[in-house]
Amino acid sequence: MKVEELNVDEKIGHVKEVLTEDQKKRGILIHAFQSIQKEHNYLPEDVLKALAKKLDIPLAEVYSTASFYKHFYFKPRGRNVVCVCTGTACHVRGASKVLEKIEESFGIKPGETTPDLSLTLETVGCVGCCGLAPVVTVNDEIVGDLNPKKVGEVIQMVEGK
Amino acid sequence: MEKLKSIDGLKDLRKQIADHTFLPDVPRVRLCSGTACTATGTPKVLSAIEEEAAKRGITIDVVKTGCQGLCQKGPVMKVEPEGIFYQKVKPEHARAIMSYTVAGGIPFRQSLYRNSILEEPIPEMTNVPFYKKQLRIALRNNGLIDPRNIYHYIAVGGYKALEKALGAMSPDDVLSEVDKANLRGRGGAGFPAGKKWKHSKGAPGKIKFVIANGDEGDPGAFMDRSVMEGDPHSLFEGMLLCAYAIGAEYGMIYVRHEYPLAVKNLGLAIRQAEELGLLGRNILGSGLNFTIDIREGAGAFVCGESTALVASIEGERGFPRPRPPRLSEPRGGAWGYPSNLNNIETYACIPPIIEKGADWFLGIGTKNSPGTKVFALTGKVVNTGLVEVPMGITLREIIYDIGGGIMNGKKFKAIQTGGPSGGCIPEEHLDLPVDFDSLAKIGSMMGSGGMVVMDEDNCMVDVAKYFLSFCQSESCGKCPPCRIGTYQMLEILERITTGKGEEGDIERLEKLGKLVKEGALCGLGNSAPNPVLTTIRYFREEYEEHIRDKYCRAKACSGLGVFRIEHDECFLCGLCKQACAFDAVKETKDSFFIDQDYCTKCKACYSACPIGAVKVEKMRKSSEKQEVV
Repeated sequence: MKVEELNVDEKIGHVKEVLTEDQKKRGILIHAFQSIQKEHNYLPEDVLKALAKKLDIPLAEVYSTASFYKHFYFKPRGRNVVCVCTGTACHVRGASKVLEKIEESFGIKPGETTPDLSLTLETVGCVGCCGLAPVVTVNDEIVGDLNPKKVGEVIQMVEGK
Repeated sequence: MEKLKSIDGLKDLRKQIADHTFLPDVPRVRLCSGTACTATGTPKVLSAIEEEAAKRGITIDVVKTGCQGLCQKGPVMKVEPEGIFYQKVKPEHARAIMSYTVAGGIPFRQSLYRNSILEEPIPEMTNVPFYKKQLRIALRNNGLIDPRNIYHYIAVGGYKALEKALGAMSPDDVLSEVDKANLRGRGGAGFPAGKKWKHSKGAPGKIKFVIANGDEGDPGAFMDRSVMEGDPHSLFEGMLLCAYAIGAEYGMIYVRHEYPLAVKNLGLAIRQAEELGLLGRNILGSGLNFTIDIREGAGAFVCGESTALVASIEGERGFPRPRPPRLSEPRGGAWGYPSNLNNIETYACIPPIIEKGADWFLGIGTKNSPGTKVFALTGKVVNTGLVEVPMGITLREIIYDIGGGIMNGKKFKAIQTGGPSGGCIPEEHLDLPVDFDSLAKIGSMMGSGGMVVMDEDNCMVDVAKYFLSFCQSESCGKCPPCRIGTYQMLEILERITTGKGEEGDIERLEKLGKLVKEGALCGLGNSAPNPVLTTIRYFREEYEEHIRDKYCRAKACSGLGVFRIEHDECFLCGLCKQACAFDAVKETKDSFFIDQDYCTKCKACYSACPIGAVKVEKMRKSSEKQEVV
């Protein structure tokens, strides 16, 4: 998606009928971030600048909103994203051990990316798959019921990619 | 799809659908396609079933349903007309099920549910203990219909409540019915939905919003997700009824971005409802206008708070603000318009109330908390998953009868309700009937309905630290009590769990906890100290043990206790010596021992020992010191 082609009315939906132009532009901000991130994997500075210009919102405010939400990143992320769920159910069933093991094998901490951009490691509050705890997601695919052996498989799976 | 122009049109459509949907004599497989079952292999099972059916030339109706609840045993499915329930279905089992059950009408033993391998399997779904005590209102269609097909929802009686309301009830009738049913908000606080609707209705102005809160940020809760993924139309119907009652034209559903399947299914369902004319202008010729938009969150727990949610919808930072004005008041809601915000589950409860009447609803549950509640039962229980039970059921029934008891035969220690805002409940309160008031009385809360069971291997101090660190990192930082208070409390807990606790720490925690509770701006801060305060209340001795004896009885915290190798058990494999990074494990001719001077209590040897010969013990007091011979 090109920022210039962003259609404010379409993004905001039916409520456009009762909103002012400024409210609409502000209202689609988070959705715009999401589409940018979907394309670029993170929020590049020049795209944010273009967005600020297009929506007539100061860049500082655009950045202030984006930086509030955990889901948005300002640095390039790896080609693979491994996300360890550290929600309550996963925590009591040993998520910290899973995390440690993955940290060890790739030598990065949560939130970091390997230098060759092959992998980003993250943690998430809960993916809502508590029935299968402990859970990790590998590029949006959920792998549950982890045990030491299965963690090894996950690691191999990522290394193989 | 042709647009429906009148209530009779909907009735006719339902009749037409009944002629070719869910026919009783066609064999049917209701296969769970919820997130958890999809992760454990639903797609493979599905293709196996379809292949086998094609090979055998059987006509079979495969319904890809939303979450059926028993996530632990996924993928699960139900085969009709026999009503046989299968769990942990593998593709090869699916083929066998086709020949045994679908073609032959007899159960396939290997995939049936069993309480334990020594017991006989239970074929019928209604007899499986996990489902036996459940009563499904909010989740009534989960497991029955395909959420991607609006005709399925209509076929099982969907939009009947809307039909009734638009045909025979005035907006005031709808509102008074909901008010009479005393439906309390399922998002956690338990504020009566009827009262809220009255506020919103009474607010001046023509433009009003109906907002559904699907920002289910509580770790360990996934009931809203199941409704959004598995039965989106019941949410729409609830929102439509609310819009009709309070006179709103615009609806919004706020969904967290961690639920991609929910966003997809909701979007599809909205399109289908619009095509049928159940959303949009002049719905069913009644003059009611109502549209629904989806707003996605972006990973901020605080956005589940009503004012923060509205800020996020407007595209701002998700900061809460002081109330009043409430959302239902002018200048309070989205873009300043009065807005009615309810939880997803609350909306999903509305259609049955309107259809069957408030008296029916009042007959279920307890006096002050009528109806049912969905709980996400997780943690160390045998059967984890979603359960919907009448209010007033005891915790013991939920854990032992529905949940099947504690995993691996361990001992129950505590159950945590209400997510990071709730509290830990010890064994002595297990026979407590669960409702909004009883939980509040013992210091916990209903919350959105997460229930995490903990056994003797979970350290309560560590659990409290876990919840607090969650709230601390999710604190938006606007008000100091929450931003600084939770940080300080976390520092103290960090100290206690690493063996650096001091006398007076417990009192400091209690004092700080109270201050944060009173001083914080929004619900997040108000409830953040709850897990710490309740664990201190019920498990004070564990805190004292950590501080005075430097010992963690669950052996979960590292840096505590004295490590020792039990020579009678040790079979000299040497793994502990390999595991130790500090050369604290020493070897003699016929034994291993730990040199306390070098030991950092990192627990590496404890985890490495395959037979549990490394023991963690309380530090001996000086008076008990044994003389070395």
